[in-house]
Amino acid sequence: MSLLEVRDLRVTYGSGATAVPAVRGVDLTLEPGTKLGVAGESGCGKSTLALALLRLLPASARIEGEILLDGDDVLAMSWGRLRAVRWAGASIVFQGAMHSLNAVHRIGDQIAEPLLVHGRATPAAARARVGELLEHVGLPAARAAAYPHELSGGQRQRVMIAMALACDPRLIVADEPTTALDVMIQAQILRLIERLVAEQSISLLMISHDLAVLADTCDRLAVMYAGRVVEEGPARTVYEAASHPYGRALSSAFPRIGDPASRRAPRGLPGDPPDPADLPGGCTFHPRCPVAVDACAEHDQELREAGAGRRAACVHVGSTS
Amino acid sequence: MTTASTPADVARAEKARATDGAPRTGSSLGYLRHAAGKLGGALVSLFAVLVTSFFLFRVIPGDPVKAMTHGVPTSAEQLATLRRQFGLDLPLWQQFADYCAKALSGDLGTSFQFRAPVGDLIAEKLPATLLLTGVAVVIYSALGLWLGTRSAWRHGGLGDRLNTGIALTLWSVPSFWLGLLLIIVFSVGMGPVPGLFPTGGMESGTGETGFAYALDVAHHLVLPVVTLVAVGYAQTLLVMRSSLLDEMGGDYLTTARAKGLRDDAVRRRHAVPNALLPTVTMIFINLGHVAAGSILVETVFSWPGLGGLFYQALSVPDLPLVQGLFVVFAGAMILMNLIADLLYPLLDPRVGR
Amino acid sequence: MTSPTTSLAWERRRHTVARFWRGYRTHRAGLHGLAGLALIALLALAAPLIVGSDVQSVTEAPGTALEPPSAEFPLGTDQFGRSLLGLLIWGARISLLVGLLAAALSVAIGTLVGIIAGHYGGWFSTVVMRITDWFLVMPTLVLAIVLATVMSRSMWTVVLAIGVTSWPTTARLVRAQTIAVESRPYIERATALGGGHRHVMTRHVLPNVMPLVLAQTTLGISTAILTEATLAFLGLGDPTVVSWGGMLQDAREAGAVSSGHWWYLAPPGIAIALVALAFTLCGRAVESVLNPKLGVGR
Repeated sequence: MSLLEVRDLRVTYGSGATAVPAVRGVDLTLEPGTKLGVAGESGCGKSTLALALLRLLPASARIEGEILLDGDDVLAMSWGRLRAVRWAGASIVFQGAMHSLNAVHRIGDQIAEPLLVHGRATPAAARARVGELLEHVGLPAARAAAYPHELSGGQRQRVMIAMALACDPRLIVADEPTTALDVMIQAQILRLIERLVAEQSISLLMISHDLAVLADTCDRLAVMYAGRVVEEGPARTVYEAASHPYGRALSSAFPRIGDPASRRAPRGLPGDPPDPADLPGGCTFHPRCPVAVDACAEHDQELREAGAGRRAACVHVGSTS
Repeated sequence: MTTASTPADVARAEKARATDGAPRTGSSLGYLRHAAGKLGGALVSLFAVLVTSFFLFRVIPGDPVKAMTHGVPTSAEQLATLRRQFGLDLPLWQQFADYCAKALSGDLGTSFQFRAPVGDLIAEKLPATLLLTGVAVVIYSALGLWLGTRSAWRHGGLGDRLNTGIALTLWSVPSFWLGLLLIIVFSVGMGPVPGLFPTGGMESGTGETGFAYALDVAHHLVLPVVTLVAVGYAQTLLVMRSSLLDEMGGDYLTTARAKGLRDDAVRRRHAVPNALLPTVTMIFINLGHVAAGSILVETVFSWPGLGGLFYQALSVPDLPLVQGLFVVFAGAMILMNLIADLLYPLLDPRVGR
Repeated sequence: MTSPTTSLAWERRRHTVARFWRGYRTHRAGLHGLAGLALIALLALAAPLIVGSDVQSVTEAPGTALEPPSAEFPLGTDQFGRSLLGLLIWGARISLLVGLLAAALSVAIGTLVGIIAGHYGGWFSTVVMRITDWFLVMPTLVLAIVLATVMSRSMWTVVLAIGVTSWPTTARLVRAQTIAVESRPYIERATALGGGHRHVMTRHVLPNVMPLVLAQTTLGISTAILTEATLAFLGLGDPTVVSWGGMLQDAREAGAVSSGHWWYLAPPGIAIALVALAFTLCGRAVESVLNPKLGVGR
């Protein structure tokens, strides 16, 4: 059985005439011990997706579909069961650890908090476990007494990771875990995450706008555009030979290390991501698409087979490849 | 402090701190510097209060002796004697120096009305004011923080609208008027309501001692405290509400929820401690308004405190007493602000200690 | 300045006002406040027609002392036999006038100090802001009482006492806004084109701080009205005119409290509270339209 199965997930903010669809029918599957990357520009609904997995969205958001975590539907759970699943079943490494950590509590207390809340340890045992976790992510155990503002950005992100590991979850969701960091620290944090999930056979769902980072870390990749998955497949193939024009644009938007050609001519995408409140008809990508045909403006494109273990939502897929 | 990015650097910094023997050595030194700066600022402010008080009472009224003897028939000779007595024949700067020297040694002049040293009068009335305002501040802070938190957490709901509406209304009500109404309804008695509480004063003067006396004072305290609380809690509520609303979008609250905390634990352990910081400062700074509010409430309830004394001094007007009380009220404000300044870094780890 | 640019500026201003009104309209509490104010202002303006100025006269009082409410005197009479309803309506004039003038004075001082301190910067600004902070720490009401005590009794003394003690908050806000405005690139351009200090302050900074000033004034009026009532109640108001605070003082002196004459005491206090509340509601609505982040109106 899959560890995480998202079926036709739809998230809408607001209601009636002002309703804004943020996620419009997403299907994802994550097998135990594997790593899935979700890529897309800001506003494509990927962070909404992350928050929806643990029902963390504000009350104004309407969520439909199914999110099966270990076969149990998160969206249909009672509040008590949901609280038990939060962090113990799946934990989250948020973006921007400065704001995701509470500024007035010591980091040790913040790491210990889920242990105590879920009844995993006595206060004394929790303290010992905090030291262990800190050393696990490469920080001295004595750092537990520090406040978030006394740490650097990279250290704070390490604290977030230690916190995410506290209850030995089976799934970690990492939402832009390295965005706010400089390149050297980014690489360190990514290696750390990779090492930890491999050691403890935790599944990872990593969300980023940086396709290169995801391709480097994950087994499979899903590319999101305007609240939908437009391409999905094995990480390296999606990154190197995307079937969907948006996937191609995204993979060439970032210079590839060791490839001077991509650095000289990064093929940025013209235009801005569409306004979720006012999506274009037909294929939502067609106004920005370099290979759009007349049909794209009329017919929405569904995901379809695009080779072994690959799917893409483009009119050119299946007919040409 | 350390913003080292590699674990090795951190370890080194940790070791350095450990060998120092006392943790937070560097930071407590920073706190001392902060405290010394604030203390110096408070002293400058206090000096400015003395300057203001001197000029307000010696310069603006023109001839202070004429102002003092206003309405009382006095001969030119008597005026001259008074002038000499008050040192008004000396140059202005010398008068000021004398005034400051005296004020700093606790001599605030002699009250006209009571023919007693102003300092003694104030010392005599101070405990009653401290009792009244102290009880009121504790109650209205607790009430304001509690209701403000509830209001913000469910903002936009019926409870919030009701809370905010009542608070704004009570804030708009003149405290002395509310006090007078309470006396009519609960002391004099109105319709079916019998007179439940005394109309004023601090004790019945029937010679109770011990516990009976404490009960009697508490009985007298009820209405003045209710009046002060009604006006004071509104401000605490509104500050706490807006301060918590500012925090509610915080990412750290999402983290807390993701950890599986109950909604009330998210509020209590995470949101409120952050929102409390600005509110606590506001409470201290607003203590000055309590002092001012106590002038009216003490007047209305004949409470034997500084506020009542101030009113008595105003109605004469007994300028040395008004002047002395002005210095005391302003000094109390400066003290409260100093306390808030010294407290803030201890409450908020982010502010430099 | 040529006429096309003037009309352009007017056009823009009209648009700003229209946009402001659209935002304001969505605040129900603010609309209630505005409606209440309009009603009270109308009453105050029409007072000479409704009750006539002889309502204040002690010698020609129509009733006997301290009558309870009746058909002739709906709110009863005071100790001189004057109609309390008439006095209440007449008192609105002085309470509103003093409130408006004092708030205007306070905001004017605050704006002036704030813009100058924000514009010039340096040690001058530091000194000015030190003084502002000192005033901020002073117990405003006590200072106002002291000022009103040492000066002669008149309406202007009250206006002055309130105005010169309550400006520091405005000064702080305006200074912050001035610094923000002056960091915008077009100010640099204006200076480069030869705009002097005065030009920058009056043509660029002032229009940009006006919304803030408007919100401050609205909120300040309710405080000023409350302070005016307090001073009058303490016997520091102008003894020759009737104000709501003065009525409360009269009521207390006439023994309305101990004899339970609630009809004498209640109306002036309710009137003060209603006007102060109305201005506060308007001020909060204005504030949240101009700065939605504050969230006060939510």
